[in-house]
This record gives sequence, structure tokens and C-alpha cells, in this order.
Amino acid sequence: MIILFGVFLLALLVITALAIVRSESLFAAVILTGIFSLLMAANFFLLDAADVALTEAAIGAGISTVLFLGALALTGEHERGIATNRLLALGVVSITTLLVIYATFDKPRLGDPDAPVQQHVGPWYLEKTAELIDIPNAVTAVLGSFRGYDTLGEVFVVFTAGIGVLFLLSARTGWRPEDIEGVHAPEQGLRHYLVPRVVGRMLIPFIFLFGLYVQFHGDYGPGGGFQAGAIVASSVILYALLEGEKRALEALPMRVLQWLVAGGALLYGAVGVAGMLLGGNFLDYSVLASDPIAGQHIGIILIELGVGITVTGVLLCVFHAFAARGKV
Amino acid sequence: MTMAIDILSWIMLTAGGIFVFIGGLGALRMPNLYTRMHAASLTDTIAAVLILGGIMLQAGTTLATIKLAAILLFLLLTSPTASNALASAAILSGLQPEEGPIKPREDDA
Amino acid sequence: MYYVVTLATLVTMALALVRALLGPSIYDRLLAANMFGTKTVLLLSVVAFLYGRPDFLDLALVYALINFIGVIAVLEFIRDREGSDAKKGPGNTAT
Repeated sequence: MIILFGVFLLALLVITALAIVRSESLFAAVILTGIFSLLMAANFFLLDAADVALTEAAIGAGISTVLFLGALALTGEHERGIATNRLLALGVVSITTLLVIYATFDKPRLGDPDAPVQQHVGPWYLEKTAELIDIPNAVTAVLGSFRGYDTLGEVFVVFTAGIGVLFLLSARTGWRPEDIEGVHAPEQGLRHYLVPRVVGRMLIPFIFLFGLYVQFHGDYGPGGGFQAGAIVASSVILYALLEGEKRALEALPMRVLQWLVAGGALLYGAVGVAGMLLGGNFLDYSVLASDPIAGQHIGIILIELGVGITVTGVLLCVFHAFAARGKV
Repeated sequence: MTMAIDILSWIMLTAGGIFVFIGGLGALRMPNLYTRMHAASLTDTIAAVLILGGIMLQAGTTLATIKLAAILLFLLLTSPTASNALASAAILSGLQPEEGPIKPREDDA
Repeated sequence: MYYVVTLATLVTMALALVRALLGPSIYDRLLAANMFGTKTVLLLSVVAFLYGRPDFLDLALVYALINFIGVIAVLEFIRDREGSDAKKGPGNTAT
């Protein structure tokens, strides 16, 4: 029965993807992209991948939509005509599709215990998590401790992406946040919609608190730094949407955000170097405390905090770079 | 006792499912934006109360019930507000509600 | 017991998707997207119990909060796009 639901959701996914590609109003395409992300999160959830579904939920429906709309505000709203050769593109896509479908004939079935992916490192991680790290959520254990280098790389990729966007968007005019004046300064934000303002302002501290819960609860359930960073950034973005850019930048100025962007990655690297200074290898958490398991716990909490801080800073910097640029 | 709770939660879940389907059908077949909004937002709220209430009865007194109560609270706060904001935006941008297909006749008193 | 509700919610999600594809104005599509979001929250809650993993309810909570932000963002964009002509419609309560 669950398979039936999964197939149904995948069919809806295909229909939505076709509609996004075929629609000419980019505004409609952005709203359909939000629906696409909801469907993807439901699919991930049916496949029992809770952390990935949580990340897709936190980033896809809220922040992606906001950033796409910010980009649409700066460019145009309708798709320009297509100039390339359509027949060639159609032919390439069809051949690739047939090849991929042919390749799936050899794949193992979903959830097959004899599949090659379940044979090598997977069972080792699942056994050793209880013995070496002792936290219930194996995904956080693998992400934070067994594969700590890869997560360090991910944090630096997010950091680099943030710097890249800031370079691209600030280069032309060299705007400073103090130069922002709204077209009608007292009417910035949704200030004349009373009901959403009141309800939204009430919700902002709860969203922030929930972001902190997801951050520190990542050891025990779905959660962790990436999701928590996106949720906390969403709460500040809600404040910026309701009250206007100027007040949001007075509340959390760009200097603080830039410190956050660098500070999270710095925290992660510092934990690694502290491991070296205390006698172990780089990113070896077992030497951080007298008991190796307690050291692992401390290490994982600190690096997840670093990840969360960097993701919050980068998302907010990118949002302000888009949203404030149209108004300078 | 547990049988009564089971029957009650089954009734609530089924009623919630029926309301959800009615809302979807209304959003598709109603003629105008405002009538569609009426169908969608009313049934959203009542279906959320019934479905989450039914699951809460099944969960008993655990942490899951508190989380479900929090989900219900946030849905009750945000869904009508979003509809209000949407309707305000639609009116302010000039989309007028139509008067409906039945026009009053002149020979009525 | 949960299958009926899951089926009803999935069918309604399909109907909302049709409205999002058909809707002539952007407000129709936004209404469909909002409805889709709340239905996804209900679907996630029911399926979490279907699977017997009630600690997955965090996902539904995140969606209930984030869906609101998406709708408000689109409305802010619409207001920004039309407010640049200094248009004030009827019933506008400026604070």
C-alpha cells in the first residue's frame, strides 16, 4: 500500500516538473517549484529518510521560494524565447532517458538486504555507532564523526557560495545597508496588512526557538546544523518581509552576519585543531574529554553549532544581497 | 474504554478525510477566486482539527501528543492568516468578486 | 485505519495541483500552493503514525511554519511589484 502512495506521489512529481518547464510566466514557475519541493519532501519521508526530508522542508519551500522571488524582482517575469535547436535537444534527452531506463534493469530492489550498498561500510557504521559514539541518530554520527572531513568540506562549500554571491551582487553598485531608502519609507514591508503582521510577529520567536531545538536535538532525532541554520534564517527572513529591509538590517546588521559566516567555519576548524593540540589527529574528538565517548559528544555538538552558524549567516547574507539591491 | 477511543478516533479521522476531499473538490470547481478561497480555507481548518485530534486520541499521553497539539496550534494560527493576506492582496490589486449567475429580476417586489 | 485519510489527502493534493496548473490568476496558484502545504502537513503527521515513528513529527511542524513564510514572501513580492506606482486601493488601513 505504501508503494502505491509512493508511485502516486512520483506521478504528481512528474506532472509538476512538466508544468514548471512548460509555463511561460516565471512567477507561476516559482510557485510550482515550491509545490515540487513539498512533493520531494513527502517522497523522502516515504522512503524513511527523515534528515533529508527535514532539510528539503526547511530550505525548499521557504528560502528557495524567497530567493527565486528576489531574483525575479531584479530581472523580468516572463520567459524570453528559446533560440536553440529544439530537435537536437529533444533527441539527446530521449537517448539519455532510454539509456538510464535500460540501466535500471540491473538495480537491486528497494530495501533488498543483499544489495551491495548494504554490505561494506554501512553495517560497520551502524554497529560501531552504538559502541564508539553512543547517540541514537546514526545519520548525525556518520555526518559528524565518521565522515567529519566531508562535512568540513560542506561547510566550506557553503561559505564559498556565500562569498561568491556577495561578490556577484554587490560588485556593481557597491551598496551599503545604510543607503537603503524604501520607495515609500513608512510603507515598507507588509505594514498595512494588519493581521499577517500581528500573527507573523507572534510566530517569529517560536520559529527561532524551534530552530534551536532542531540544532541541539540532532543527536536524538532528525535534525542537525544544516536544517537548524535554514530554520533560524527563515525566522529572520519573516521579520524582514513583515517589517521591511531597513528594520531587519538595523536588527541584524551585515557586519554581524559576515562574522557569523566566517565564525561558523572557524569554529569547525578550531575543533579540529584543538584535537591536534590535545594529542590526537585532526578532527579526532576522542581526545577532547577524559572519556572518549564524552569527547565524541562534545565534538559533535560543537561542529554542528559551527555548521548551523555558517548556514544561517550565508542564507541571510544572500537574502539581504537580493532584497536590498532593488531598493538602492 | 480503548474500544470507545478507537471508534471515536476512527470517526474523527474519516470525517477529516471527507472534509479534506470536499475542500479539494471545492477549490477545483468553484467559479471564482473568492469562492475557491472560501472552500479551501474553511475545510483546511476543520480537517486539521479532526485529523490531528483523531491521531492525538490514538497517541495517548506521550510526547507525540504535545507535538501534535503544537502542530495543530500553528496550523490554526497560520492557515487563516494566510487566507486573509491572500484575499487582501487580491482585493487591493483590483480582482473584483463577481456577483454570481443569478441576477435579481425586475418584476420582483 | 489511517489508509482512508492518507488516500483522501493524496487525492486532494492531486486536485490542488490541478488548480495550481489551471488557475488563471497568480492568486489561484498561490491558494493551491497554500492548500498543498497544509495537506502535506496532515499527510506527514498521519504517515508518521502509520509507520509507527512518532518522532518524525518534527517534519510536519517545520512545514506548518515554513509554508506560512512562503505565502507571505509571494504576497510581499506582489505588493512590491504593484506598489511602485504609489497605488492605494480601497480598504487600505495604513498604520
